[in-house]
Amino acid sequence: MSYYEHVFIARPEVAPQQVENIVEELKNIISKEGGNTFYSEYWGLRNLAYKINKSEKGHYSLLRINSNNSAIKEVERIQKLNGDILRFITVKTEEASEEPSVMLKSSEKKDVY
Amino acid sequence: MKNFLPNITQIPVRGSFLKRKSSCPLSGENAPKIDYKDIKLLKKYLSERGKIIPSRVTSVSAKKQRELSQAVKRARFMALLPYKMD
Repeated sequence: MSYYEHVFIARPEVAPQQVENIVEELKNIISKEGGNTFYSEYWGLRNLAYKINKSEKGHYSLLRINSNNSAIKEVERIQKLNGDILRFITVKTEEASEEPSVMLKSSEKKDVY
Repeated sequence: MKNFLPNITQIPVRGSFLKRKSSCPLSGENAPKIDYKDIKLLKKYLSERGKIIPSRVTSVSAKKQRELSQAVKRARFMALLPYKMD
């Protein structure tokens, strides 16, 4: 078992409620594979730094997972198949933190670059 | 008239052995953690065009520079930072 951090971007046309559903779905998959999601975040509809599939904005969400690699593989497989997901990244983290990420801490939610 | 002349002791002499103080801003106890989600921190180490500034300019240690470049690349992939700015 290791700690992972999964961040994904959903299409802007998708309602925030639906993003919530995607998160719940992923949590179910993880628990089925014997892992658990101990923390999750929704960053809201953010401007993308560049267009992805003609979208200029995206819903960002973060999941912190404690599981083995089979659960992560399954999550990534499901995310690839989901047409509403523009992009995702899974990063291994050393420790399990339940503190909000910098994205929620910082005041510059609508940032300019 | 006291402060008219610059303080000679503070002017570096050419060829002197006085080394410029340099310490890595990302190493040490109170240094910020490098995280690809921390755009505010990463932007400090990017040029106006969005390129990573070389460590010889920013005096970031080699180890931290590797971490930094990894973080910048992750942030770019997740569209948190642009690949190019003009």
